[in-house]
Amino acid sequence: MQLHDVWFVLIAVLWTGYFFLEGFDFGVGVLTKLLARDRTEKRVLINTIGPVWDGNEVWLLTAGGATFAAFPDWYATLFSGFYLPLLLILICLIIRGVAFEYRHKRPEDRWQTNWEHAIFWTSLIPAFLWGVAFANIVRGVKIDENKEYVGTLLDLLNVYSILGGLVTLTLFTFHGTVFTSLKTVGDIRDRSRKLATRLGVVTAVLALVFLIWTQVSCGDGQSLIAMIVAVLALVGALGFNLAGREGWSFALSGVTIAAAVAMLFLTLFPNVMPSSLNEAWNLTVTNSSSSAYTLKIMTWCAAVATPLVLLYQGWTYWVFRKRIGTQHIVDVH
Amino acid sequence: MDLALAPETLARWQFGITTVYHFLFVPLTISLAALTAGLQTAWVRTEKEKYLRATKFWGKLFLINIAMGVVTGIVQEFQFGMNWSDYSRFVGDIFGAPLAFEALIAFFFESTFIGLWIFGWDKLPKKIHLACIWMVSMGTVLSAYFILAANSWMQHPVGFRINEERGRAELTDFWLVLTQNTALTQFFHTITAAFLVGGAFMAGISAFHLARKKHVPVMRSSLRLGLIVLIVAGMGTAISGDLLGKVMFKQQPMKMAAAEALWDGEAPAPFSVFAYGDVEKGHNKVAIEIPGLLSFLANDDFTSFVPGINDVNKAEQEKFGPGDYRPNIPVAYWGFRWMIGFGMASLGIGALGLWLTRKRFMLPAELRTGEDEVPHLVLFKKPLSPKLANLYWVVALWTMGFPLIANSWGWIFTEMGRQPWVVYGVLRTRDAVSPNVSQAEVLTSMIGFTLLYAVLAVIEVKLLVKYVKAGPPELTEADLNPPTKIGGDDKNPDRPMAFSY
Repeated sequence: MQLHDVWFVLIAVLWTGYFFLEGFDFGVGVLTKLLARDRTEKRVLINTIGPVWDGNEVWLLTAGGATFAAFPDWYATLFSGFYLPLLLILICLIIRGVAFEYRHKRPEDRWQTNWEHAIFWTSLIPAFLWGVAFANIVRGVKIDENKEYVGTLLDLLNVYSILGGLVTLTLFTFHGTVFTSLKTVGDIRDRSRKLATRLGVVTAVLALVFLIWTQVSCGDGQSLIAMIVAVLALVGALGFNLAGREGWSFALSGVTIAAAVAMLFLTLFPNVMPSSLNEAWNLTVTNSSSSAYTLKIMTWCAAVATPLVLLYQGWTYWVFRKRIGTQHIVDVH
Repeated sequence: MDLALAPETLARWQFGITTVYHFLFVPLTISLAALTAGLQTAWVRTEKEKYLRATKFWGKLFLINIAMGVVTGIVQEFQFGMNWSDYSRFVGDIFGAPLAFEALIAFFFESTFIGLWIFGWDKLPKKIHLACIWMVSMGTVLSAYFILAANSWMQHPVGFRINEERGRAELTDFWLVLTQNTALTQFFHTITAAFLVGGAFMAGISAFHLARKKHVPVMRSSLRLGLIVLIVAGMGTAISGDLLGKVMFKQQPMKMAAAEALWDGEAPAPFSVFAYGDVEKGHNKVAIEIPGLLSFLANDDFTSFVPGINDVNKAEQEKFGPGDYRPNIPVAYWGFRWMIGFGMASLGIGALGLWLTRKRFMLPAELRTGEDEVPHLVLFKKPLSPKLANLYWVVALWTMGFPLIANSWGWIFTEMGRQPWVVYGVLRTRDAVSPNVSQAEVLTSMIGFTLLYAVLAVIEVKLLVKYVKAGPPELTEADLNPPTKIGGDDKNPDRPMAFSY
């Protein structure tokens, strides 16, 4: 296994970490409208992710930075090619971060309502768009011989990619619902579990269609295994949710996300971004990677830093392990 | 295509707008994190309530500010790929590594521990909670270091070779990229300048409250702390600025010649106090100069030769082929002056403030009500008229903006002074833009970001003003009895959270 293959795997791991972690906090953002009945319940939901959403988002920045460093051509083609969708995601992430921090800083009803709308939409839109982006990467886009994306915005919107977007949106929301039933107490926890069941079924149907489509059009033996794991984990998550085993249910909805990301990356390899115009113009792990020296340094850095990150981020979840409910929210302004 | 709307011009404007905007929050974040950590340390060590109130007050302003710093930082990373894809292809091998290091080592740290600090008041024992804010502070400084190492490589590329076959620059010595003198001096200069911002911020807001005789114990300590930081950081900025200048004279003579509007090389070279030049003809129409000073700034003696704009332009034409290698000279010249002027003014006002508020200038003993008296400006035996006495507080408040102006011009000068190069001597800015991104797309994103930034700036300033006016919070029972074990005490499971969104 060469270093650029290692980095392909590491970038897949970073995206998995991002979708696993920010997946549930996007989901919680969507739930503020789907599940919460009043402002206090909204605040309970937002507080379940309060201490961690910022750390979760760094997984995206690290995935971006690592792609820049390990596969400069992939980074350049992807970011300049998917210009407007990424712009929209960026604007959402800006507003979302500010919304979490500023919503409670003024008591006026209008102020808080506006930020609550913002939290909902800026969680929903990126959750959808990441699916669109990844579906397009797997499907292949118009890349010319100079490694430049030459398609238009409309090329990125097709049935397959929109289905991909719906899958990430529902999967993240399901993941978020399972998370809130694990992190809350009282009435909201019961409703959260009931909603998880319904959302889980919708997610399963959409995901099944999307994954089979992916498998049929560009899968192989390995991706088939990943797909089966994803589907089984999703069914398991649903089952544990029905049985009231919330921890297991959350772990398995996480496995679903990890396996689905693994499947997408397995169908890609050794490409990182296939060209739909000509196979010879595919971006691959070899023709778009950095030099061996850079990859070596990056590998050392990742080898030292990643366990540390997992350790202290894990510790954060331990510190804030207690469930919260409406009784823990006090109105202070 | 109209030059004013060419994708390169638009992409540069966008980079300039997002960077200057981002950098309004960055220095305040770096310095306030450390100052808040310092105040919290004082609370843990002395258990004086004023320090805890100060920690909560400055901590809240810090949080309002860091939210903006973080979200505008995401744009920076994405922007390289979106607007400057040819740059990313060409230098990703080198430039990407420090960015990835920053995310992995520094930014994870900062973001994770800030969550622990915000929500951890009733979940963590006092000392562990204190350690969290120090971790945040360390993260912000480390972050700055990696980003500045990356930027320094653009100013002075080292440790690489050109791979003709792949058509890109490749890293050969990462250690050199991280430790070259450009990176170290620029880091020193940027960090000291960041503390200049924080010191002025703290002094200005404390002055605001003291002028109204409110929250005196907390604000008097904050004022003195702010002023001391302002002076130490101000001197540090001057020293590091001088060091960085000497490095720049060697590495980017064009930038420094432009900063001085020195058209033709001279020995000894004079320092320009005021100049009005004719860029086309390449000379100054009006110039007021201090003889020999520029030689001293560049080379530590008063007689040596300093090359001028025309000399360097000619030398670069011989080296890199025909073309105009001059940056925008008025911007470089005035940017350099605004940077130094506003930076040094804040140092001066800080020194004056520290002198004016020392013990001797407190209220006369018979009028004192306690040791935490409002510093009163008794410069003369007779009391000053209230108007004049208030002047210092007003000046202190205005000074809050000075280091921010200095920082912004510093970056504009640094980045525009390097033009037409994006990587000095290696890659031209016009060859760095994304070839496949349309004018309409760049224009959309530029307008989108600018509008969003404008709205957010109004919101942020209003929030800051609200919380500044509210002053330090009163302490509650829970504040004074922090938990003794990790995860919080279990005595009362339904106790409301100390902090909730």
